[in-house]
This record gives sequence, C-alpha cells and structure tokens, in this order.
Amino acid sequence: MPFKLTINDKQHDVDVDPETPLLWVLRDTIGLTGTKYGCGIAQCGACTVHVNGDAQRSCQIAVKDVGEAKITTIEGLSPDSSHPIQKAWLAIDVPQCGYCQSGMIMAAAALLKEKTKPTSKDIDERITNLCRCGTYTRVRAAILEAAKQA
Amino acid sequence: MTTATDHTNLSRRAFLLAAGAAAGSLTLGFGTKPAAANGAANYAPFTTSTPEITSWIVIQPDDTTIIRVARSEMGQGALTALPMLVAEELECDWNKVKAEFAPPSENYSRKVAWRAKAQKGAPASHELVTHWGAMSTGGSRGTRDSQLYLRESGAMARTMLIEAAAKDWNVPTAECTAAASVITHTPSGRKTTYGKVAVAAAGITPPTRVTLKDPKTWRICGKSVRQINAPLKVNGSLAYGIDVRLPDMLYATIAQCPVFGGNIKSIDDAKIKTMPGVRQVARLTDSTVVVIADSFWQAKKALEALPITWDEGPNAKVTSASIAEFQIAGFAATNAGVTNQAGDALGAIDNAARKIEAEYHTPFLDHANMEPMNCTAKVADGKVEVWVSSQNGEAAHAAAAEAAGVKLEQVYVHKMHLGGGLGRRGSYNDPIHYAVLAAKRTNGRPVKLVYTREEDMSHGFYRPASRVIMRSGFDDKGTPTGVHIRIAGQSINAWHFPDRIKDNLDPAQANGFHKEDFGYAFPNLRVEVAMRNTHVPVGVWRSVNSSQNSFYKESFVDEMAHAAGKDPFEFRRGLLANAPKHKRVLEIAAERAGWGKPLPAGVFRGIAVENAYGSYQAVVAEVSVTDRGALKVLRIVNAIDCGHAVNTNIIEQQMQGSVVMAMSALLYGENRVDRGRVVDTNFDTYQLLRIDEVPVIENHIVPSFDFWGGIGEAGVPPIAPAICNAIFAATGKRIRSLPLKHHNLAKA
Repeated sequence: MPFKLTINDKQHDVDVDPETPLLWVLRDTIGLTGTKYGCGIAQCGACTVHVNGDAQRSCQIAVKDVGEAKITTIEGLSPDSSHPIQKAWLAIDVPQCGYCQSGMIMAAAALLKEKTKPTSKDIDERITNLCRCGTYTRVRAAILEAAKQA
Repeated sequence: MTTATDHTNLSRRAFLLAAGAAAGSLTLGFGTKPAAANGAANYAPFTTSTPEITSWIVIQPDDTTIIRVARSEMGQGALTALPMLVAEELECDWNKVKAEFAPPSENYSRKVAWRAKAQKGAPASHELVTHWGAMSTGGSRGTRDSQLYLRESGAMARTMLIEAAAKDWNVPTAECTAAASVITHTPSGRKTTYGKVAVAAAGITPPTRVTLKDPKTWRICGKSVRQINAPLKVNGSLAYGIDVRLPDMLYATIAQCPVFGGNIKSIDDAKIKTMPGVRQVARLTDSTVVVIADSFWQAKKALEALPITWDEGPNAKVTSASIAEFQIAGFAATNAGVTNQAGDALGAIDNAARKIEAEYHTPFLDHANMEPMNCTAKVADGKVEVWVSSQNGEAAHAAAAEAAGVKLEQVYVHKMHLGGGLGRRGSYNDPIHYAVLAAKRTNGRPVKLVYTREEDMSHGFYRPASRVIMRSGFDDKGTPTGVHIRIAGQSINAWHFPDRIKDNLDPAQANGFHKEDFGYAFPNLRVEVAMRNTHVPVGVWRSVNSSQNSFYKESFVDEMAHAAGKDPFEFRRGLLANAPKHKRVLEIAAERAGWGKPLPAGVFRGIAVENAYGSYQAVVAEVSVTDRGALKVLRIVNAIDCGHAVNTNIIEQQMQGSVVMAMSALLYGENRVDRGRVVDTNFDTYQLLRIDEVPVIENHIVPSFDFWGGIGEAGVPPIAPAICNAIFAATGKRIRSLPLKHHNLAKA
C-alpha cells in the first residue's frame, strides 16, 4: 500500500505493508539506518525518532498510523551535528560503541525542547533508553551541558 | 534524492546514500571512492593511495596520517588508543590521524608478519604470526598484546621519514628532529612535513632497532583523548554490521530449535510461500530455518507464521532447578581439578577454633549487545564477501570460507563497527555461518541475515551458571588458618577449547582464585573446580569467570572479616602483604572514599579488590536501603591500576560502563531455563540498568608504570561484591545469590 511520509522535511513515497513498523520503513525502505533496531518491543529506545517533535519508539508505530505527522530521525536532527545535544555529546565524548546513541540523542533532544533547563530528576524520568556500554553518566552530563549552552 | 517510487532503483539509490553516509567502510571491495560523512569522517577505508611506511602507516601529501588497526572497535576505543601508541613514537600531529581497519583477508594474503619483513635479523620481541598480528579482540588484550609492535612501527616510520628529509637536504640525520608531523634541520632551521617526504620515506629500508620513549615522557598517550570516530556516532552515519545495504540485497531472519541440541522435525513452508515479499524458506541445517524476503519485516512476519515442528531431543525437560541440582552435586564430586594449593587447608579448617561456610551461586547471563546478531553475505563468481561486526576478523574470515566451502583466498571480510561485543562476537561465528549458507542459495544476490532480539537472546553463548562453597577456619584470635573453595560450574573451554583443560581443570573457571591473581596470603588454601557442564551453550562474557568469582571471593572475604570481628578494609589489607599492587589500589580506593570516616545517616559502605584481565582494581560502594527494602546505590569509588594508562578518557568510559554492566547483572541479570530453552529473551524480563539507577562514579586512574594491563574487563568483577558488602553493612543481610531482585532487603 502506498504512503506519503514526511521525514526530515522531505516527502517520501513508499509502498509497504500498512502494518510495517516505521522503524523498518526508515531503515530498509528509505535507507535511513541511523535509527536502530534493538528489541522491537519499545524497551530499549534505540529506534527513537521525533513524531511532530515528540520522542517516540518507531518500532511501535505502524506506517499506516503515521499519516501527516512530521518525522525527524537522527539524520535530520541538524544538517551538521550542530544541535546543542550533539555538540554536548561530542564535547563530553559520550558514545562508546555508539549503537544506542541515535535513540539516546533523539530522546535527549526532545527533552531539551520541552524543558530548556531539565533537572537531573527530569533526566531520570524522561531518558528511559537502554545503553549496554553504560554511557549513562556522560549522557546525563551532556544533557545538563547542552541545557547550559542552549 | 531518497524520494523513490521506482522500487527497482530504490535499493541502488539507498545503497549510494548509505555508502556515502558510512564513510566508506561499505565501499570496500567496490572500487568506489568514499564520500565524506557529513564532513565529520575521521575514519577511512583501507588506503593504498600512497605507499606504506611500515605496514601500519600511510601518510598523504596533506599530512593526513592513516594508521591501521588490526583489532575490532566495539566502543572500547581500539580505533583511538592503538593509533595513539603509533602516533606517540611517530611524532605526528594527532589531529591529522585517521584510523582504518587492516583487512583480515589481506592479513592472511600478505603471509609474512610485517616485522619479519621489516626487521630481518632483529630480535623478535613480539611474535606476529600474520601480517598485522592477531585481530582477535577480547580478553582486554588489545593494548597489552599490540603495544610493543605498534610503538616500534611508529618509531621506525619516524626514523624513515627523518632519513628521507635528511637525504633530500643532504645533511646528517642526527641533525634533524621531528615533532607534530614536521621535520626540522636544527642547525639551519629548515623544515618540511611528513606528507612531503612520505613517498621517499616508504622506499627506505626500515631500521632494525629503535629506541622507544619512556612512557613517563609521552605526549599523546597517557592523556585524555576523545574517541576518534565519535562524530559519526552522533549523527547516525556510522555503519554497523546491521546497517549494510547493497544493491539487490535480500533480507533473512532465522529460527533455531529453541531447545539447545534439538532439531527440526518438519516445516510447512507452503503456508508462507505466498506471503508478500517471501523469496525462500530454507532449512540451512538440521536445526535451523531461515526465511529470505525482500525486507526484514516481511521475513520476520513470514517466519512467525511458519508452522515448525521441533524434535526437541533429550534436553527438553531441563530447567534452572534441574541445572542447580546437577551443579550442587558437583560439591561432592571426587574428580574436581585443583588449583592454587598451599599447606593443608582441609586439616586446618577441621582443627580450627572457629569456622564459617557459605554457598553462593549465579545464573546464566546473555551478552545482550544492543546490535542484534547479524551478518551480510554475498556468494558470487567464486568469491565470498561478508560484512560483519565481529570481534575477530580472522575467525570471521575462516568461518565464511568454511561455510561456503571455498579457500581463504576467495573470501573478503568487511569489518564493520560493532554495536557492542562483550565476548559474544568473538569466537562464535554463527551469524556468519548462517548468512553464508543463505547467500549460497540466492544466485549471487547478497543476503542480510538479522536475528530478532528474541532469537539472539534464545541462542546466546551465556555466562555460565555456577556455584561455590567456601569454608574458612580461624584461630582463637580471629586469624584465618585455612580457606577451602569448591567451585561447581560449567566450563566455557569445555564448550569451545577443550584442549585447554588439563587434569580435569579448566583454569578459567578459577579466574581470580589462582596464585597469580588471588592476592590474599593464607597459610593453608585449597581451590577446587568441579566441572558441571550443561546443554546450554556458554561463552566469554565481559570479564568471563572473574565476573562471578569476584562476587564469591570478595563477598566471602567480607564474611571472614566480620566473623573475625575486623574492619573489612583492614582485614583485606592485612592479607595482602605479598600482593603490593592489590594492596595499593585497595588503599587508594579506601583513602579516596574516606573509608572509616563518618557517613550521612542511612548510608553504608562496602569494599572489594580484584585483579582481573591484567589490571588491579579496588572499589568502595556506598548504598542506602530503606526499611521497606528499597536499595539505592549512591556512589562508587574506583581505583584502577592498568599499568600504563594509554588514554585516560577511554579508561574512564570503560570504568563507568563496567559499573553499569556489573549492576545490571547484580540487580536483574538472569536467563532462566525451562523446558530446555531460555525463558528470558528480551529486555522486558532481561532487564538492564537505566539512567535513574546509576550511582555517582568516581574513577581514580593510578598507573604504576611497570606493566601493561587491560581495561575492557577489569572494571566489572569487584563492583557487585562491593555493593553487596555495603548492603550487608546496611541490613545485616548477606547476598549469596544473584540477581538481587529475588532478595527481600526489607527490615524483618
């Protein structure tokens, strides 16, 4: 079934099973592989993208339900890694293996948009993504740093 | 560019997009010049544009210095730390360094080790069998085992570059110096750059002997240096194995018999053959079936709908409880292997004025790397290509050749970045094997095989379940007179490397209890291991047996301290008189944590020390436990001596990560077994630590500059016992089994 999707401010025409999760449309159909598969059950958050600005787990969104929503993936967060979260991530050297970091950054960017000065408690409540390398200490530091710079 | 309604062109266009974004690793073997990755690429494909100066270094006219890395990158920083060792001696400008993987296929095809070629007649200070040496990345060996030849290569190349400049200027080399990629003729002040003399330098015979710097004078190493490819990890452009996209690529997903050792009885593939996108339903082995389709999602849906009847075999009734019973029987087994024996421990305990005994156990644990197992393979025109995130490029090469039934010369391995390794991507090449078998059936079309998370976690190579009984005797002053340790658990080497087992002893099962790493001096000691192997596949899991043994040992030593009525820090310190490195980190951790000083009300401390995978670490943990039993780990103070500290930034990352991984295992980690299969197959029941549970972590990196340790694994083992010892201090409850979620810490 054909769908028109707005991803990173560009329109994409795709023809896929309506039940296909947005995650796999992004990765396999469109080729935006920055959004990762980790669990498929909304636990890990590696697939986090923005849907109309909100952090959502794309493994749980059937493509038929996307409609007119504006989707932003890690590739569209900024053209040149200049988003305050990306800059703080680099300044603090957050990533280890890096696999979960797209989702982590998207979750952090959404938090920062909603609360320009998030507290450590806000981070505890809103950053629910899993990182097996254990970058959490620096994730927290980078979000607080980005909030300072923003 | 990505708007595509014409699906025949879509995969080609998407490939170009992905290749551009991936900074070139995908373009290896295609002869395509890689595009820059959003201007941030600091990672390049294998470069042959200018000649090599030693096999490790290629310097381009603009001074860009490409340094090859034989090991894999899984977040532990090999792609940064190993080039730093080269760059330190090379005296190049670190900002101009790019790292690239040395290809496994070429490691094999070049045959001769680079040093043998470069340094004929020189003393072989380090044997390399293949050209760039071992590619296997594990055991915290990356720095320890390659530092010497990497530093030598840098020093040799520096000498060659200086010689080339001196020849050009017609001056003695002794009058020339090099720093930050610039060569200076000191008397005249003339200068040139590495890039200008690189081609000439490549033609110079490498020196047979070089003098290496005293690490205390390092300028690049020993500092906090950011990971070289971090820019590609913050914009989604770094390509992991799972991100490979090739023209005409098909997708596959796999089902293996859920009961280990079982087989397929029958499948009814007619039921799914007409589902959208399905190309093939293929039984790859007696126990394995894949669906190959036009997309992963189609393959997954079809496989879920495929009726499979399993012949579950003789293990279908095994449970965690039956495994426990079997391992408990190991406590009485008469054929246990013995390691680390001194005096007469059994006699000393029998005759002791006072004795204690405790039994501990830990469950199977999956690696749970965030990137599920996957591999992409292409079998065409007598050649086999695989794209894989592997900890062992050479093993991947061999596995692909074996699965395809071709010679090594016919195989090319593209080393991709790993979305975590933790041991799972080392010697176990199952995704490579199955991807190649699948790709043999698709007439040259590449196949990307991706395991679902559930399949990945159902077919891991788990940290083995194990148990231990520890006994100790004391004299009437509370001094230990003897210690007896009997481990009963599954052997990893029995599964993978049976030739490492001698006299019924798999030494790895006693990690941390050996003479070399135990540290504590007891007059009478006996450490025994009863192998109790199950049908569950086991493997190396970050810090391997040390991850459990340290929990056993350091918890029991704490029990001994309390039984002796002594302070747990002072008790350990007194027993470490002959283990100065253990003792030093213990003292540093205690001092930095303020051991012995008052704590806020409700906060309690625990301590532990360990020597694992080359390094020495001590930990002080601070916890609080509410009356209702809610645990909060508040602070972890680590002191780590890894000998030489090459990059303190990466060491800190590894220590932070070790705390998290150890706490995930401590609080939640278990893969239960029921009806012969693993029950916990995704993160809903196999929980990992999240950000709200992470304590304050302080790391004190205190290298002692007289050995080369390792950092990938060292950090994990002593974390759990330090926290459990703090829990004991807080509650009086001794934690003797993991995970903690099964314990009630509430006040009685």
